Amino acid sequence: MVGHQGITETFTLKSLTDEEYLLPGNAACPGCAAVMAMRIGLKALGPRTVLIVPACCMSVAQGHYPKTPSKVPVFNTAFAASAATASGIRAALEMKGITDVYVVCWAGDGGTADIGIQSLSGAAERGDDLIYICYDNEAYMNTGTQRSSSTSEGARTTTTITGKAERKKDVPGIMMAHRIPYVATACASYPLDFANKLRRAVSIKGTRYIHLLSPCPPGWRYPSEKTVEVGRLAVETGAWILYEWTGGRCRLTGPSSGLADRSRRRPLEEYLRIQGRFSEADPSKIEAMKKRIDEEWEMILELCKG
Amino acid sequence: MVVLPVSRGREGAGGLTGMWRIKRPVVDSSKCTKCHLCWLFCPEGVVRRGSKGEVWIVYEFCKGCGICAEVCAAHAIKMVREV
Ligand SMILES: Cc1ncc(C[n+]2csc(CCOP(=O)(O)OP(=O)(O)O)c2C)c(N)n1
Ligand code: SF4
Ligand SMILES: [Mg+2]
Repeated sequence: MVGHQGITETFTLKSLTDEEYLLPGNAACPGCAAVMAMRIGLKALGPRTVLIVPACCMSVAQGHYPKTPSKVPVFNTAFAASAATASGIRAALEMKGITDVYVVCWAGDGGTADIGIQSLSGAAERGDDLIYICYDNEAYMNTGTQRSSSTSEGARTTTTITGKAERKKDVPGIMMAHRIPYVATACASYPLDFANKLRRAVSIKGTRYIHLLSPCPPGWRYPSEKTVEVGRLAVETGAWILYEWTGGRCRLTGPSSGLADRSRRRPLEEYLRIQGRFSEADPSKIEAMKKRIDEEWEMILELCKG
Repeated sequence: MVVLPVSRGREGAGGLTGMWRIKRPVVDSSKCTKCHLCWLFCPEGVVRRGSKGEVWIVYEFCKGCGICAEVCAAHAIKMVREV
């Protein structure tokens, strides 16, 4: 099969390789969840991987020519063009008869939910053989925290100074509507859940999409050591739902599988208060946010019924 | 000579990032239970694990984010001020 040498093992803390494909001394901020997840993701994917990265923090993190932290090839492309670039790279590999390489886009939320959505939708409609990972730090971070359509409702950014009024765009939902074979959500605080979703994704051919919540200390305004806790609270409060959708079947994963009953979730306030970006959210705003979260859960639980 | 706009995988592409550090993580091996959560969560890949399960930190590039100390359930890692 084209491009799939297949990863068969289930990843555990022990079985993840000690080999580093994202080398130390990159230019990302201290405590960045995006490089945390990229390090784990590359361990899961292995050396026969090509990354396509549009303009975003993960291009800045690559540091200065002639060095790069990545041991796998990275193609830095234009902000809007990740998926189209990946389609082209896949076609070129096929022309050359190279069939054992994973073609993987690694793009920010701005590069995915906003400017890159047309090329992503095009690739998904054609069913091009690529994995698309959107690491979602919920704003345009490398350019100084401007809102994106994937910014959380209520979050303060430099362009939503009293908190974003609109709800977060549901990109995984948009990708499910393309009826591609694999759509999943993940969070950097659950690295093994993410690694095992990649394992599933590579065993499938076609366009596969993973939406990875990626806490960001400077943009979300919390101290760098709290990254894992912030991501865990996103999931444990139900604000971020971990699931995977394969060919029309949806299932909750990780801690989310025990949170279908709302009373099992931690209060949303615990997730909001640990971050400075929600300082403008008053009780009525928080109530509105809770309502939206309930709606998201209803939708996902409906999909899980099959 | 042809100069290609191609970078090669090397440590320190962002410089000597250990210089960014305000606090340094110090591992107390007598408390360490060898669970390797610090290794798993280190964003930088500067926590190393040895053949006997021991962990150590590559200070040259450790940015001092403090995540290793936070995720350590045994409280075996302390953040100590550099200056
Ligand atoms: C066509 C175009 N417009 C604007 C920019 C400037 N720009 C570079 S990255 C970026 C924001 C990226 O945001 P996101 O995709 O969320 O990635 P993040 O920086 O948050 O990781 C912008 C506006 C650009 N490079 N190209
Ligand atoms: S701004 Fe946020 S996402 Fe970007 S490198 Fe820094 S911590 Fe990572
Ligand atoms: Mg972003």
